[in-house]
Parts: sequence; C-alpha cells; structure tokens
Amino acid sequence: MSSKLRILVPVKRVIDYAVKPRVKSDRTGVETSGVKHSLNPFDELSIEEAVRLRERKSPVEEILAVSAGPAKCADTLRTAMAMGADRSIHVDVPEDKPLEPLGVAKLLKAIAEKEKSNLIILGKQAIDDDSGQTGQMLAGLLNWPQATQASKVAIDNDTVTVEREVDGGVETLKAKLPMIITTDLRLNEPRYASLPNIMKAKKKKLDKKSLGDYGVDATPRLKTVKVEEPPVRQGGGKVEDVDGMIAKLKEMGAI
Amino acid sequence: MLPVARQSALRAVRAQTAPRPLLSPAQSSFLARLLSTLAILEQKDGKLNTGSLGAVTAGGKLGGAVHGFVAGKAAKTIAQEAAKIKGLEKVIAVENEAYERGLPENWAPLLVENIKKGGYTHVIASHSAFGKSLLPRVAALLDVQQISDVMSIESEDTFVRPIYAGNAILTVQSTDSTKLLTVRQTSFAPAETDGGSAAVEDGVDPKVESPTEWVSESLAKSDRPELASAEKVVSGGRGLKSKEEFDRLIPPLADALGAAIGASRAAVDSGFADNSLQVGQTGKNVAPQLYLAAGISGAIQHLAGMKDSKVIACINKDPDAPIFQVADVGLVGDLFEKVPELTEKLKSQS
Repeated sequence: MSSKLRILVPVKRVIDYAVKPRVKSDRTGVETSGVKHSLNPFDELSIEEAVRLRERKSPVEEILAVSAGPAKCADTLRTAMAMGADRSIHVDVPEDKPLEPLGVAKLLKAIAEKEKSNLIILGKQAIDDDSGQTGQMLAGLLNWPQATQASKVAIDNDTVTVEREVDGGVETLKAKLPMIITTDLRLNEPRYASLPNIMKAKKKKLDKKSLGDYGVDATPRLKTVKVEEPPVRQGGGKVEDVDGMIAKLKEMGAI
Repeated sequence: MLPVARQSALRAVRAQTAPRPLLSPAQSSFLARLLSTLAILEQKDGKLNTGSLGAVTAGGKLGGAVHGFVAGKAAKTIAQEAAKIKGLEKVIAVENEAYERGLPENWAPLLVENIKKGGYTHVIASHSAFGKSLLPRVAALLDVQQISDVMSIESEDTFVRPIYAGNAILTVQSTDSTKLLTVRQTSFAPAETDGGSAAVEDGVDPKVESPTEWVSESLAKSDRPELASAEKVVSGGRGLKSKEEFDRLIPPLADALGAAIGASRAAVDSGFADNSLQVGQTGKNVAPQLYLAAGISGAIQHLAGMKDSKVIACINKDPDAPIFQVADVGLVGDLFEKVPELTEKLKSQS
C-alpha cells in the first residue's frame, strides 16, 4: 500500500542572490535593511519538486511550506504558495536573533511530527550563511534516511530513488518513506509564479506560530566575533594579445 | 580600542610567519593535554583519498593529539597506509563492508560511538560531498552546532569561514563542548603521507543498519588532474555558446597546460559541461596556481569558488566583464580565436 505524500518544504528568506552583500561598518554582520530579499534559490527548487511530484501523479495529499524568521518571511511563504504549496506556517523569530541550523532542525522536527509529514524537501544550502547543514541535522534528529544534493527524484509507492551529486559524478540511493531530500541545482527549473496564482496564494492559509508553540529551545551555540570584508583582489590589467598573455603568465611564474 | 587594534595587527603579522603555534607555548602545552582531534579520512575502493587529509592538517593546528578514522571493507589495510601520515598519533579503523559507501545513516552512529569513546574535543572532516552529507547528521546526534567550510583556525574554539558566497568572512566562536568542523580543502593542504608512525587500533562498531541502500554510481571518467586539487584550472563559461564548442576548445587548452577543467554555473546549466565541474559558491572551491577563465563574466557566485587562485587569467570579449576586476592577466577578445591561438602557442613552446 502506498502512503499519501505529506510534503514539508522549509523555505528561507535571504538577501537576493544578485545583490552584493555589504559588511556593516561595526563588523557585526552584513547590512540587511533596505536590501532586496527573496526566497533562497535552493528552496525554490524544493517547492518546484514537490509541485512536480503532484503533477507526475504521485499521491500528494499536501504541500506545506514553513519559514522561521521575522514578519517579512510571510512574503516568502506567499511566493511558495503561489508556486504551488497548499498552505504555510510562519514561525516568528526576531530578526536580530536568527536561528542556527541546529535550532531550525529542532523546530522542523517538531513541525514534521505534528503535521505527520513523510517527505521533507529542503534546499542543499542557504546562500546567506552557506552552512548546508539543516537537512542532514533534521534527518539525524528524526532518524530518517537522507539523500542530499539530489539531482533526480523518483517515488514509486513507498520507495524513493534519488540520484545525488557527489564529487566527480552522481550516485543513486534508494530508501523508503519517510525521507529527507535536499535539492541541488540540476534537480529542476523552478517556475515563475503567475499573476493568477499570486492572487490565489493570498487566500491560502498562513498560520502564525512561535518557537514556544513547538516547545523548541534554540539557544545559539555560536557567537559572532566579527564579520569582515574579504581581502580585495587587485586586477592586474589587460594585455594586448595572446603573446602578451603568455609573456605575463611566464613572468608571474604561472606557466 | 587600542588593544584590539594591536591584537589584530599582531595576528596579521603572525599569519605571515608560518609555521608557528597559534597560542603561546605555555598555553598550547596546557591545551595540548586536553585537546584531542578525530580527523575523518575518506577512502575509495581501498585507497585513501588524499583530498581528505586537510582534516589532519587542520587538526594539527589545534595543538593536541590527532587521531585518524577510517571505516569500510578494507579499513585495516587502509589504516596501515594512514598510519604513515605525518601528524597522526593513532588511526582508528572499523572494518565492515557496511561503511564502504559512506552512507551517513550508519556512519553517523558509528562516529558518535567512536567520538564518545575517545572523548574527542574536536572532530574534523573535509568539506567534500561526503563530509557535507555526514557531519551535520553527527552534529545533530551530539547536539552540537557544526561549523562548515572552515578557512582558518584562530584558536581551539574560534574559527573563520566564508558567508554570502565569500563576500563576507565570519569569525565565529563555538560554545559547544565538542567542536565539529568541516574544513575547506583549498585552505588546508593535505598532510604528508609519509614520515608518520601511528598506532592502528580497532574502533567501536555499533552496527546500525542503514535504511538507505546504495544502488549505483556514475563518475565522470577523466585522466586529467582532479579539479579541487589541480595546480592549474582552465574554466569555460556561457561564452562558449555550446557543448560542441566547449569540448572543441577547452580540453585541448587544458591538455596544453596540464590543467583540470572547470565550468561556470551558466555553462553547467546550459549543458556544456558536467555538474561535477562547476566552480563557485554551490560547486567546487579551487585555489590553483593558475585559473584561466574563458567566456566567464565573473558573477559573485563564480568568484566565490576561485578568487583564492594564485594567478587569475581571463579571455572575454566584454571589456567591462567583472572578471577583469580580479584577473591578473586579462585579454579582451573573441575566445573562438584566442583560445585556439593560445593552445597552439603553448603547445609549440613545450
């Protein structure tokens, strides 16, 4: 017997990938106010994959999007719903006290258990902290199988087959639901939310919750000592032709 | 304010005078008695993966004892090889075919048991596909906030890592009692594979069954140097226009230089090159002696993966492409003419 998929898709609001982040002058972090934010690109792939599972006639009962962060995360969740998520939960976390991956994983464990999720699709990493940990941590906490950096997902009854990106190529893994998958770039091409779907998403359910509602202690373990600009690399200027290039590379000992 | 400025100035000077202990001798010998590091060593088909030996180097910087860990079908044979790694005091081996494929579901409990038994203060893996998939799972089981992609070690609890695609550098202090780190391969050179004489010891094997089954793998075959550790890298981007052109122009140039081949995300997304060749924030980090970019504009996500290269050269027809801002040698021109010309001239010189 095949179980109906109850897919949980955690999404994160991050500084838009096209924006070059600026380090604050007091070196406490990166300037986030007045900067364009969007849905983390890898999370778009997660939503897209969940929606495609439904379109491929997998028995999807529900796609639930979840985000933890300040009030503006509601916009991120609306985007996820415009792409096809059925409803969403916003866990309010103050902007100045962001969760660490371990805290997010603990929160997601509580949500997954409460919502009886049996498939959780996360992005392989968020492009702000670049940690790449939450999915694996969640899999560990739930003691579920994991397939990270997925480039292909197939579900047949309770069996999930995932092709994943590894160093030097791909490998294929197989496991039974429930399962954790993290998405890699090649998995799919996320759709744009159409205007009618954006309008429809406004009517979809968005619950507001707090960390306390899930009884999660997410006390941070890491202290930011400082955030600095990376050393600036000085370009060495241009050469006229190929001979110039070879000469300069030789001079620099590169060839 | 002044002491802070002095500290950072001192640190800057110290950084230039390697090798040197991170802490004062008195402090470090005190810590050395307390610190112990478990370095996860990767293997494939019965051979040590030298790319993972940066974990040993990073462990050495902490100052305490460093033990290596191997598991798999031929773990004991590999452990004998690993025992020669410079800097290792002990190699812990768990011989069991179940660990051959590096599945995190049985590897994580395996590591947890061995970390607890050894009472390690630090556990270090390489920031490779294996380390990335495994270590966070271990961290969750130990209730520890792992630190990913560490570029440098400031002290036993303070680490430096890139965030925002390397556009900011974060120094972070961990309050966890056990520190779990994945380390950037290009920031910690592999430890030497001879000169050491570590003891080999059997580890604990909790024999947890993996719910995940390994089915198959398909690795891109290549006689070229491995991208992440290559001395030279030739990388192609969207400017190559098609897979045919990529295959026609890039491999000969790479061969002429003895270089590995890389690609931008645009080139990978357009199907010009395999995903495993992607250089950048979400692909591989490289820091070769020479990085030659052809038809790559230099988006921040790409620069994140290659800006630590010693010499960057580029060929691009757009003189305003951001890549020229970081390139040591830039050539404005049509890559369909310049790349073959460069290939020919390099060949005739060698």
